[in-house]
Amino acid sequence: MFEYAPAPESRDIVDIQPSYGLFINGEFVEAQGEERAKTVNPATEEVLAEISYAGQADVDRAVRAAQDAYDGVWGRMPGRERAKYLFRIARIIQERAREFAVLESLDNGKPIRESRDVDVPLVAAHFFYYAGWADKLEHAGFGANPRPLGVAGQVIPWNFPLLMLAWKIAPALACGNTVVLKPAETTPLTALLFADVCRQAELPPGVVNIITGAGETGRMLVGREGVDKVAFTGSTEVGKQIARTLAGTGKKLTLELGGKAANIVFEDAPLDQAVEGIVNGIFFNQGHVCCAGSRLLVQESIQDELLDALKRRLATLRLGDPLDKNTDIGAINSAAQLDKIRELSRAGEEEGAERWSPPCELPDRGYWFPPTLFTGVAQSHRIAREEIFGPVLSVLTFRTPAEAIEKANNTPFGLSAGVWTEKGSRILWMAQRLRAGVVWANTFNRFDPASPFGGYKESGFGREGGRHGLEAYLDV
Amino acid sequence: MSERLAVRKTYKLYIGGKFPRSESGRSYVVTSSTGDFLANAAHASRKDARDAVSAARKAFGGWSGATAYNRGQILYRIAEMLEGRHAQFVAETVAAEGVSAERAGELVDAAIDRLVWYAGWSDKVSAVAGSSNPVAGPYFNFSTPEPTGVVAVMAPQGLLGLVSVIAPVIVTGNTCVVVADGRTALPAVTLAEVLATSDLPGGVVNILTGQAAELAPWLASHMDVNAIDLTGVPEHLAAACEEAAAENLKRVFRPLPPATDWLATPDTKRLMAFLETKTVWHPVGM
Repeated sequence: MFEYAPAPESRDIVDIQPSYGLFINGEFVEAQGEERAKTVNPATEEVLAEISYAGQADVDRAVRAAQDAYDGVWGRMPGRERAKYLFRIARIIQERAREFAVLESLDNGKPIRESRDVDVPLVAAHFFYYAGWADKLEHAGFGANPRPLGVAGQVIPWNFPLLMLAWKIAPALACGNTVVLKPAETTPLTALLFADVCRQAELPPGVVNIITGAGETGRMLVGREGVDKVAFTGSTEVGKQIARTLAGTGKKLTLELGGKAANIVFEDAPLDQAVEGIVNGIFFNQGHVCCAGSRLLVQESIQDELLDALKRRLATLRLGDPLDKNTDIGAINSAAQLDKIRELSRAGEEEGAERWSPPCELPDRGYWFPPTLFTGVAQSHRIAREEIFGPVLSVLTFRTPAEAIEKANNTPFGLSAGVWTEKGSRILWMAQRLRAGVVWANTFNRFDPASPFGGYKESGFGREGGRHGLEAYLDV
Repeated sequence: MSERLAVRKTYKLYIGGKFPRSESGRSYVVTSSTGDFLANAAHASRKDARDAVSAARKAFGGWSGATAYNRGQILYRIAEMLEGRHAQFVAETVAAEGVSAERAGELVDAAIDRLVWYAGWSDKVSAVAGSSNPVAGPYFNFSTPEPTGVVAVMAPQGLLGLVSVIAPVIVTGNTCVVVADGRTALPAVTLAEVLATSDLPGGVVNILTGQAAELAPWLASHMDVNAIDLTGVPEHLAAACEEAAAENLKRVFRPLPPATDWLATPDTKRLMAFLETKTVWHPVGM
């Protein structure tokens, strides 16, 4: 293995304020709620900024601002004009891409290689994509005159903070809705920087409102009268709570929740490529990915060969400073998430699976977990059933394609799946039978604004991306 | 010579292609709109609902895996069989709903035409709801609609309503458990006889007669039901059913007021409500 000198990206480009208010009606205002909290760099535990937790009065204010903007400006603006605002936003994000990438890595802990090459380019692409739809909605297959819903209340997670913001805000605005968005309490900074992009783009006040806070703020937002549509990405548990809260209200709801995806490798798969795909499937973004390939299903005949190759590859992964351009694995986002990963990994050992990690030195400060795999995993084990949301891979085996399908579908989730084989007909045969919203063949964790994303079963409902993604924000 | 004594029909449930009585042994009296005795109908229990869900689940693999052409043929066959029993359905509709023979004829005609309309959708819905997606990379990326799974259908009153809620669910490959409340039991059981002789595999449609208010909460909270259509659920129960449905994130279809005009040509909402979108990334290379 080569030695690499440290190659940190400079953080001078970002200007983090000591404390932030809420972005309501086009300006930052002080929260009326008393509670404040600190957001930290998970790689160092250094405090980055203090943020406000929006209370009921703040939520009311944000929703009213969004209603006024909807009634007064955005809901009646011609699509071609809305489109131009979205194109502007896309361009500004491209121009400020480095700033966003560095800030995202600081606040989230993900490697700069990912925030720079995946998250931020996809954010810009998403705004470009939906900008183009804004004046073509009558051609989208939802009738001659599809109407927006009004105010969208959107709650997003901490794993892809800015990307999830884009997935929520771009289609909502393209369809003519206004939004109140709550980023996760551990990763609010890029959303707050996005507020500055809105100002730079001269987006009318109130069209986008960003309120920070924890679960309580989210609850207040989704339950608030005047919110016509709720979009949530996060845990299945919270998703179910929201569905219960909204029962009988007539509010339109879309949910993008957890997963326990099978990544299925057949004996004829190109092995080196499959190893890269497995690594990308579960160690991308420290495994903080709802569609992560967290269950490796390997055909029995190649189990040893594949696991040897996989272990060799894991030994070369570099864990450490997220801002270092050579880093493959960054920090776990929070102490709470680290506890959860540790707890489930302990359960894996206790239930009899065999745990393995490459030699891997963890930094003294911050939240870290080494890339880990478990072999000898049974379908009944917690690590085969529950979403770990960390860099932990459970390995199971199968003999026949039918058995692979049976095991892959044996989960209440249904977000994604992967298939590795040289045989095109088998890819499509498998794809037909996998009960999952996204199936990747000979690749994994690919995203594109034109490609609909979302789950079956308890992974949620509704789609984000593509023409299908418009439906969530139209009165159809 | 004395007048011939009529042979009365026994109204039973329709589960897994068979006609069992309710395991509870319960039945209820169905009366006409003027209060005359029409029939004793089986009063389905929670256990019957569970059996029906099992039957629907068992049938799902085969039915969802059948070709769209085949499903369309079978729905059209159901329409043919309904046409053959036109007079019987008219008579039952007159008795149960208290409408004129002329009006009943219109309703039965519309029910048959509704089946024909949905039959034609089987091999078109993918073209309308699916897409190929131009992603920025060497992949053929396409999205196709797939059936959601087992759907609990709380049917509205009358044959036309019944047909109008069942057809859009099954034409795309879902299987269903239908609750026919009150006097809809009569056309429902006759419809079951039609289904049983229409090449429709057993278990694709299961029909429970009884009380929607009793069965809906069980079906809404059943963990092996993937979606629920609340059309025939009394207003005061609908929100509770929606809440129960959240336990396994069922897809919930609840028509907004005003009440549906079943005689009008439908839109595609019911068809699309019980579909999932699957997106496949297929590699492109040499």
